[in-house]
Amino acid sequence: MSTHSLHVASDGNRGHGRRSYWTGCALAVILTVIPFWLVMARPLHDPGWTAAIIFALALVQIVVHVVSFLHLDTQSEEGWTLLAFLFTAVIVILTIGGSVWVMYHLNTNMMPMP
Amino acid sequence: MTDRALNTQESAITWHHLDQEDHDHGGGATILGFWIYLMSDALIFASLFAMFGVVSTSYAGGPVPRQIFDIPLVALNTALLLASSITFGQAIPHMEAGRLSSTRRWLAVTGLLGAAFVGVELYEFAHLIAEGAGPQRSAFLSAFFTLVGTHGAHVTVGLIWIAVMLVQIGQNGLNGEIKRRIVCLSMFWHFIDIIWIGVFNFVYLYGVIR
Repeated sequence: MSTHSLHVASDGNRGHGRRSYWTGCALAVILTVIPFWLVMARPLHDPGWTAAIIFALALVQIVVHVVSFLHLDTQSEEGWTLLAFLFTAVIVILTIGGSVWVMYHLNTNMMPMP
Repeated sequence: MTDRALNTQESAITWHHLDQEDHDHGGGATILGFWIYLMSDALIFASLFAMFGVVSTSYAGGPVPRQIFDIPLVALNTALLLASSITFGQAIPHMEAGRLSSTRRWLAVTGLLGAAFVGVELYEFAHLIAEGAGPQRSAFLSAFFTLVGTHGAHVTVGLIWIAVMLVQIGQNGLNGEIKRRIVCLSMFWHFIDIIWIGVFNFVYLYGVIR
């Protein structure tokens, strides 16, 4: 009985969570279908633009999943989850972006000796 | 009898206390700790993505992505994993309401979708290796198998965890501890779906258009 009444107390909050979940599902499906369509049907002939669009959509989809499915917000755990997430995002961007950037220049500018 | 009743009440009070600290999940420090674990796991994947990005055009005269990647198969796999993420989200309100059989049903559906994902991935790997595009062929393929294989290993661990939770729900019902474990499992499952967004976009789709 007491468990039941506890859940009623937090019902308003949970209703909000469900709405965010269904919005997340719809957006996730759309954001998955568009890149596959762009690559399989090739409506754009320029591969550079196609790549730029699918990369941008991937970043948007990651944010949608983190907010709707992992429930990241500014309040939970007094902001510590958000802080940890932002720190991780910075490291991820530095690691991937930095490695690709540096190694690309290394490959292009340092030709192998004959 | 009395002992049992007291115990139930006690666990309800604990749950209430945790519920106040964290409205989303309940579980307080465990949830934050598990979140930190997920973030460190994201760093492992970041280094694997970085490695793949660096050697993604080092084909060593071997096959290029356009020749070996089967995009419709990847689309199927992506759909399976996304669907499993959505079905796990279906289990959570049933779990919060303490509906045992619905929780188990949605967890089982999630597990089946995840198992189908791993099955398709193993088929893809076996197919690639049979074609001579195994991990030893080129730096690109080594990095591909390491990155996608590590993700597949995570999904497999998630499947084992789902099986364990199905057994534990059967044995203990939905008490506070079990609920906390399922919430951590749901975070883990959504996390591996997020990693897959990176894999299908950066590895497969970008691979075949470059």
